[in-house]
Amino acid sequence: MSLRNPPAVIFDHVAKAFGPKQILRDISFEVPTAEILCILGRSGTGKSVTLKLLMSLIKPDTGKIWVDGEEITGLKEAGISRVRRKMGFLFQDAALFDSLTLYENLALPLRRLTHKSQAEIDTTIDKVLGQVNLGGDKQKMPASLSGGMRKRAGLARALVLEPRILLADEPSSGLDRITAAEIDELLLLQKRERQTTVIVVTHDVHGARRVGDRFAVFDKGDLVAFGTAAEVEQSENETARKLISEY
Amino acid sequence: MFHLRKLIEFVGSVSGFALRVVVDFFRPPFEGAQIMRQLAEVGYRSLPLLIAAGFALGTVMTLHTRTTLVTFGASSMIPTVQALAFFLEIGPLLTGLLLAGRVGSGIGAVLANMRATEQIDGIESLSIDSFKFLVVPRVVACVIALPLLTLFTDFSGLMGGFLTEYFSSGTSFYLYIARAFANMEWSNFIPPTLKTSVFGFIIGLVSSYFGYTTNDGAQGVGKAATYSVVVSSLLIIFADVVLIKCIFFAFPENAR
Repeated sequence: MSLRNPPAVIFDHVAKAFGPKQILRDISFEVPTAEILCILGRSGTGKSVTLKLLMSLIKPDTGKIWVDGEEITGLKEAGISRVRRKMGFLFQDAALFDSLTLYENLALPLRRLTHKSQAEIDTTIDKVLGQVNLGGDKQKMPASLSGGMRKRAGLARALVLEPRILLADEPSSGLDRITAAEIDELLLLQKRERQTTVIVVTHDVHGARRVGDRFAVFDKGDLVAFGTAAEVEQSENETARKLISEY
Repeated sequence: MFHLRKLIEFVGSVSGFALRVVVDFFRPPFEGAQIMRQLAEVGYRSLPLLIAAGFALGTVMTLHTRTTLVTFGASSMIPTVQALAFFLEIGPLLTGLLLAGRVGSGIGAVLANMRATEQIDGIESLSIDSFKFLVVPRVVACVIALPLLTLFTDFSGLMGGFLTEYFSSGTSFYLYIARAFANMEWSNFIPPTLKTSVFGFIIGLVSSYFGYTTNDGAQGVGKAATYSVVVSSLLIIFADVVLIKCIFFAFPENAR
C-alpha cells in the first residue's frame, strides 16, 4: 500500500520490546520531506532503535512504519532492499568495514547497486569525499582515521548513493565543537541542496537546535513531546523542557 | 532436560544456517571476489603453520616407528608406513584440527567483531545481503582450501620423514619416494583428501554461525572465537569417524 505526496516518514502506533524490556511504546509521528527531525532523550530510551526500525534492521512488534509513501513493516527481503536504497545511515561509530580502505568502503555500494562505470564511480567518490574534507585520505584504512575523520567517512558512505532520507545516529558524539559544527553544516547542506529528509538522534542539544526543524523527545520508551523548538519548550513534560533548553 | 532442549535448538539453528549457506551459494550475485579474498586468508596464510606442523610430525613419527621396525628387520617399510599414515589419517585430521584453531577462531572473532561494531548492520543498510557477502564466501573458501592444504601437510610430513631417514640411514630421495608410494592406491589418496572438504564445511559453517549470530557485544567476540574452535574440533573428530566408515563402504579394499 502507498500514499500520494506522502510525508517522508510516518510512525503509526509503533511498539518494540526486547525480551521483557519495553523499548518503545505506541510511538506515532510524521516527518515531512526535506525537513530535519532531531530525536532527543536520555540514554536507553529507544532513540537508536527508532532509526533501526526505519531501516528495517529490526521489526516492530506492533504498529506500522511508512517510508516515502510505502508501508515497510510487511515487506519481504526484496522490498526492504528497495526501500533501503532510498536511505543512508550514519552509524554512531561509523561502522566502516575495517578490512577495506576508505575508497573501497564507498565503492562497494556503488559497484553493487548502480550501473556506474569505473570512471563515474571514481568521480562520485572524489566528490563525496571532497564534501566531507577527506579527499586526500581515500587510500587509508578506517583504523588509521581519527574519530572525527571516521564520522565524516561514515557520513560520506551514507551519502554516496544520494539517499532521499538520511538517518544519523549521534553524528556529533565524541567530537570537538568545531568538528561537530562541520558535521551539522553537512547535514544542513543535504537538506538545502538535495531536499534530503534528515532524522538525527543526538544528545547535543546545541547542535540539534542549529539544524533541527522539529524535535521529538523520548522518555522511557514514550514520545513525550513533538514539534518545533518553541513548541517543545512549552511542553507539559518536564524532561522534554529540560532536554530542549539544556546548553 | 533443559540441556537437551538447548542442544536440539542449537542443532536446528545450525542446520537452518547450513541450508541458507547452500541455497545462497547458488543464488546470484556470485561473490567471486570475496571468495578469492577468503581463499587467500584461509589458504595461503595457513600454509606456514601446516607445513611446519606436518614436517615436525613426519620427523617425530619416523623417529618413533624407526626403532620398532628396525628391530623386526622391516626398516624398508618406514616410507610406506609414513605415507599411508599421513595420506589416510594424520594429514587430513591434522589439517582439520589446526585450521579449526587458526581459521575457525579467526572467522568467529572477525564476524562477531563486525556484529559488535555494527559493520553487519552497515552492510545491510547499503541493501547488501550481509549473509551472502560475509558468510557464504567464508564457508566456500574453507571447503575449497582444506583438501589443497591437506596435500601440503601430507607432503611436508613425507619430507620430514625422508630427512630423518636420510640422516639415519642415508636413504636416497628416489628410493624413499618409490617405497612410500609402492603400496599406495588412488583410493588411499583421493577419498581421505576429499573428505577434508567436509571438515572445511564444518569449520566455515560453525565459526560463521557463532560469529554472525552473536549478540553479546565485545564479550561475544571472545566467546565466538572459543566456541568456534571447540565445536568445530569436536565435530571434525566425529565426522572423521563417520567419513572413514563411508570410505570403507565405498572402497572395501581400503578396509583390508
